Amino acid sequence: MSAVVSHSRGEIFEILESVKDPEVPVLSVVELGVVRDVEIDAEGRAVTVVITPTYSGCPAMKVIEDDIVAALRDHGIPVVNVRTTYSPAWTTDWMSDEAKRKLEAYGIAPPGRASRHDELVPLRRRSAPIRCPYCHSTNTRIESEFGSTACKAICYCDDCRQPFELFKAL
Amino acid sequence: MTSPVTGTPDVLFEYLLRLGDDRLVLGHRLSEWCGHAPILEEDIALANIALDLVGQGTMLLKAAGAAEGSNRSEDALAYFRDAVDYRNALICELPKGDFGVTIVRQFLFSVFSVLLWERLTSSANEQLAGIAAKALKECRYHVRHAGEWVIMLGDGTEESHRRVQAALDDLWRFTGELFLTDDIDRAAAKQGVGVDPSELQEAWRAQVEDVVRRATLSVPADVYMQRGGREGRHTEHLGHMLAEMQIVARSHPGAAW
Repeated sequence: MSAVVSHSRGEIFEILESVKDPEVPVLSVVELGVVRDVEIDAEGRAVTVVITPTYSGCPAMKVIEDDIVAALRDHGIPVVNVRTTYSPAWTTDWMSDEAKRKLEAYGIAPPGRASRHDELVPLRRRSAPIRCPYCHSTNTRIESEFGSTACKAICYCDDCRQPFELFKAL
Repeated sequence: MTSPVTGTPDVLFEYLLRLGDDRLVLGHRLSEWCGHAPILEEDIALANIALDLVGQGTMLLKAAGAAEGSNRSEDALAYFRDAVDYRNALICELPKGDFGVTIVRQFLFSVFSVLLWERLTSSANEQLAGIAAKALKECRYHVRHAGEWVIMLGDGTEESHRRVQAALDDLWRFTGELFLTDDIDRAAAKQGVGVDPSELQEAWRAQVEDVVRRATLSVPADVYMQRGGREGRHTEHLGHMLAEMQIVARSHPGAAW
């Protein structure tokens, strides 16, 4: 069998930019940092996409895998493997400023920096002010650190009286 | 990629099974709150934490199956083992109780988990170290959530104070088991794969006592500590829980969805 993958690694990354996160459809799986690597085997017959889950129990991972395989097949790459890696652990710090801008425009407050040395149970939360994605006020509060998906928290804006979601720093 | 140092298969299998079973069983117990929590935000929070724990359990049981060499899948291990073959600590399998019991248990276990994962991030087993780094971040959210609730409820109304103190008193005798060390733990620690859990107890106690004090609660007196889960001697509750958790998979073996 002759080589069938005529795409470069860069071109495959470009195709993967069209695969969106099913729960945050404004970001691609590349922007989100879920896609870690693309490997083309020596004979040029198969492509392996290396992915990492956002959260351990993220229920969207299977859909993401299927969407990756389908997108590459649509571009004439017949043999696609998806391999999952846990290390290094996914972090929102991988998200670019552009990705964060897209999140805010979509109505989700982007994550701040993931901190590593928090007190385990602080008496009062002292997180950096969160900007409301609607009116841009920072007169906001976290209602719950757990939201509609594993990666989001529920917030409320005391100025425009609008509940909104925050992409949690992890 | 360097080849992972794994530890001997028998030790690694048993060690990963304990880690996986703790999280799978507690995650299932938490999931029982779905649709029943006192307020909507809390319903969502408990379901999210359950999802993290079941996800961590899935990764660990998958790794256990691979270590065993039998290649039993994570589903085979979760759905086709009976209670005597489960290795979770007893505290994970106790019924969910009222919201106070659930929150206090979650707090006691989450502090233990954070301390454990902090150490396991430097496990000689690359795969386990990777899982630990991931789980650690999630558990920091869990411990903050439960800890804040313990403080709010303890320092809340007379009723909420009474209930969380009762929960703490009832659960205390199940905490000792988390720090018991046996041959498996010692072997896993010696091989650089695992941690001797007794080394975590002092830090755990300090963290728990700090929050208990801030919650205006009292640390229970020393009592006889229950044990048995690591050897498959469980409370009557685990069998009932597994019956519910396993019935669909056992009624339709081989089904995929």
